[in-house]
Amino acid sequence: MSDNQGPVWEIFLQKKAGQPFVHCGSLHAFDKEMALQNARDLYTRRGEGVSIWAVPSNAIVASSPEDIGPFFEPSNDKVYRHPTFYQIPDAIGHM
Amino acid sequence: MELNKFEDVFEGKLAKNEMVEPKDWMPDNYRKHLIRQISQHAHSEIVGMLPEGNWITRAPSLRSKVVLLAKVQDEGGHGLYLYTAAETLGVSRDELLNNLHTGKAKYSSIFNYPTLTWADIGAVGWLVDGAAIMNQVMLQRTSYGPYARAMVRICKEESFHQRQGFEIMTRLAFGTEDQKAMAQDALNRWWYPTMMMFGPPDAESPNSENAMKWRIKRETNDQLRQKFVNQTVPQVEYLGLTVPDANLKWNEAKKGYDYSEPNWVEFKNVISGNGPCNKERLAARNKAHDEGAWVREAAQAFAKKRKEVYAAA
Repeated sequence: MSDNQGPVWEIFLQKKAGQPFVHCGSLHAFDKEMALQNARDLYTRRGEGVSIWAVPSNAIVASSPEDIGPFFEPSNDKVYRHPTFYQIPDAIGHM
Repeated sequence: MELNKFEDVFEGKLAKNEMVEPKDWMPDNYRKHLIRQISQHAHSEIVGMLPEGNWITRAPSLRSKVVLLAKVQDEGGHGLYLYTAAETLGVSRDELLNNLHTGKAKYSSIFNYPTLTWADIGAVGWLVDGAAIMNQVMLQRTSYGPYARAMVRICKEESFHQRQGFEIMTRLAFGTEDQKAMAQDALNRWWYPTMMMFGPPDAESPNSENAMKWRIKRETNDQLRQKFVNQTVPQVEYLGLTVPDANLKWNEAKKGYDYSEPNWVEFKNVISGNGPCNKERLAARNKAHDEGAWVREAAQAFAKKRKEVYAAA
């Protein structure tokens, strides 16, 4: 069977200027322009975004679900990275 | 990790109401079930464009025409969200489309019924989209992440679909005698096919048990059907129309309506290819796909050529 749908692109939308880009889904397109146009038609029919990133799916590097323990473990025992680890005198108030 | 460990992780996720994501280990049958269900759902959106598309050129006003165009475009979009969700399970778009075009894959039986009058467009939006929403609201919490996320997006967009259908029904039901008769006729023809959309009764539904076990579905076919009847009957009464079911009666004990089952023999016939419009729908899909081949080829050739130009520069 011929694969004539074009490669898959992952689409990220920015809802408003200044906000982060959030993944909203994927689509097929043959090139960058087509990916952007398809993303506009597919994911922003109701003003859902002001800016679009289209990224070829195969360019994305993802962590593996099996890694969840060992991969993220180094940060789990470093409570001193959180502000709640520190005591501030009452007299100082908010810091 | 050993196989039983993988299974424990999977079962643990379901037990904790966590979502399963594409790279997670999952049992083969779970994957197969999802591919079947999500692709059928996608096909239903795409084939669902046909009965409504039938009325775009004959909509009674410019307003109703732009609204119907927007709705049909949404259905196309919903199909695409769902195809990409299915593709995360390792099946290709071409394979999915090929299964639809060769008649190997199924889609919702409802789209094999004809839209004979403008009132049918009202009934489809109101009843068919209403029933679909009921199912899809549940699926927003389905256990497979990409499917659930597609559903959230779809549900947001669907609510306008049902409202536009109900608006058409109110105009007709409160219009002339002839218009009211048209609305009643559409309700008569769409009531039972809509009831069939939730699938066979729980006792005879081959896929229900696994779907519930894996939290793909969270309510059974019969529960959803009951919910739909309870929600819709007051709307029918508001319109001054009559549900074509002599046995329809409020049952105080179960706080719901008793109703007649649809004709399940007809349902089986329609899903096996012998409904009023099965051949027409499949032919229309194949024609659209074949006639669009040159567009896909041209886009592919253009992308390739431009790449070569860049490479040479």
